[in-house]
Amino acid sequence: MRTIIDKIWDAHVVASPPGAPSLIYIDLHLVHEVTSPQAFDGLRARGLGVRRPHRTFATVDHSIPTTPVGLPIADEVAARQVARLEANCEEFGIRCAGRGHPSQGIVHVIGPEQGLTRPGSTIVCGDSHTATHGAFGALAFGIGTSEVEMVLATQCLLQRRPKTLRVDVEGRLPPGVCAKDLVLAIIARIGVDGGTGHVIEYAGDAVRALSMEQRMTLCNMSIEAGARAGLVAPDDVTFRYLAGRPASPSGAQWDDAVENWRQLATDQGAAFDRRVSIEAGDLSPMITFGTNPGMGIPIDAPVPQPASIGDAVARGALTRALEYMQVDAGRPLLGHPVNVVFVGSCTNGRLSDLRDAADILRGRRVAGGVRMLVVPGSQEVKRAAEAEGLHTVFLDAGAEWREPGCSMCIAMNGDQLRPGEYAVSTSNRNFEGRQGPGGRTFLASPATAAAAAVTGVVSDPRRLS
Amino acid sequence: MSGTREPITRFEGPAVALPRDNVDTDQVIPARFLKTTSRTGLGAHLFADWRFDASGGRRPEFILNSPAAAGAKILVAGWNFGCGSSREHAPWALADFGFRAVVAASFADIFKQNALKNGLLPIELPAAIHAPLLRHVESVPGALISVDLVAETIVLPGGAARFSIDPFARECLIAGVDEIGYVLRHADAIAAFEAGGETDRRA
Repeated sequence: MRTIIDKIWDAHVVASPPGAPSLIYIDLHLVHEVTSPQAFDGLRARGLGVRRPHRTFATVDHSIPTTPVGLPIADEVAARQVARLEANCEEFGIRCAGRGHPSQGIVHVIGPEQGLTRPGSTIVCGDSHTATHGAFGALAFGIGTSEVEMVLATQCLLQRRPKTLRVDVEGRLPPGVCAKDLVLAIIARIGVDGGTGHVIEYAGDAVRALSMEQRMTLCNMSIEAGARAGLVAPDDVTFRYLAGRPASPSGAQWDDAVENWRQLATDQGAAFDRRVSIEAGDLSPMITFGTNPGMGIPIDAPVPQPASIGDAVARGALTRALEYMQVDAGRPLLGHPVNVVFVGSCTNGRLSDLRDAADILRGRRVAGGVRMLVVPGSQEVKRAAEAEGLHTVFLDAGAEWREPGCSMCIAMNGDQLRPGEYAVSTSNRNFEGRQGPGGRTFLASPATAAAAAVTGVVSDPRRLS
Repeated sequence: MSGTREPITRFEGPAVALPRDNVDTDQVIPARFLKTTSRTGLGAHLFADWRFDASGGRRPEFILNSPAAAGAKILVAGWNFGCGSSREHAPWALADFGFRAVVAASFADIFKQNALKNGLLPIELPAAIHAPLLRHVESVPGALISVDLVAETIVLPGGAARFSIDPFARECLIAGVDEIGYVLRHADAIAAFEAGGETDRRA
């Protein structure tokens, strides 16, 4: 009896030298401009090539502007970094969806879109949100640049077998509560280091009921609970999503693949190192109030009081977070003024996320003094959104409709908060200054973000839908 | 194993305390400094938003701006150091600044891996030893600490403690082994694995 994590692991062990970590084969290596240039330099210094270019796929997302692609990149340092990626891909024979390419987008949005993300595979990227691909039943995790270089050179990584954590989400999410709320609730429950050393399998009826895009949102934030990877066993929802994708198998090969993918699910009675159970029906829309993703509360719940925390270290951390955020303890955030609303990122930049935001914005206006940026996760998301007229909903409401990229999630590209500003953001991190030095971030779902945009204050989206 | 990198065995140096939990890599080095294509010179931006104000002036209250931080080799922090982004720029910046070890009650997984690959020791101590050490270094900035990777011992003001580093990583650090070179020596096994067909047929 094995877990899905064990099955994928076992299928990828190249060698297990005694005492050393295992050599694990990597099926797909996703590459972007920020964490790869030093790795390519390393290859050149060693006189090595890329072992399996066809298992490697690159795009630009982190440092590119989200202004129209016809314009040059104004930031010279970013422009050099983007040009370097394109040159490296050319030199080493790697496919690259560069700026303006019809498949360009956030690396974790385009992998699934293109059908590159497959159940049962191992996927790495020099990016901590690589767990997104776990939604398909892949073992997908973020790596550093030294490991990027190792995978480019050898198609392998040195890894110790991870511990396993099963998160069972039973019951049904209430209306108006989505995958983002669920994952914020999980992180608030187990803590920002609750998953350290583990791979999470998300299971239970409420997870089965999620669409692929929602499962991606769920798996995406595994790292915010400390877990390098999180996954969901593949099922018919997965197969329907993958059927007909550009890189998906077809014909008899498709049937064969699905047959194999069905065997991946955790065997009845397989043991996990740890288990957590969550009742979906108890959940509400969530929002963070502090400076790490574990500092989340139901939207109508009060911000915790430091005095209520017994542990001195935790109390100090909460006090510091509240001081940075300048929010009042003991009261809900509802009604708190907002300057900027960001809808996008690898967490919530897919078509269904944009639909959720548009449903709130339709027929309404972004409140005076609020800036709202809507940044599709990829060129394909952008085309699909425009095909159904979502962009006009955003533009008519007074929001900005921008080009795909990581944008204000990581604020490397000029899309950023000014010091002291408050954002409601659909991204994944509310760390100090994450969205710009001195900026303050409330993490929430697309619906909650859109509700804040039209009211100008933190609002419960269930009252607007 | 024989090595090609600078071996690490023992060192001693001043320690400074950063008494915070969950120090994320966005604080270690903010994202706006990741547009570089180099891995050197990042120490200038270490903890940039805690060290410097908006106009670039030093914040005197931050420990790395104190005279005791000059020549500091060991950073003592709280729980879950290095959480968040996988950016290897974080250990690059710490090492470039002069740090050779971070001592914490626990580390985030990716940071720990990245640190080991750059000769920056992530030393995890049990809470009962870590907490008084953190308090001591906080009250005596620049306190001398010595680290012996061979014996896996850290000599602290007022006593010694054992720590443990992944045995393979430790051996590589002591012998100066380059891990990519090590994996390349398994080229035959990798080729044999690849000849076995698609991995999603093997589960």
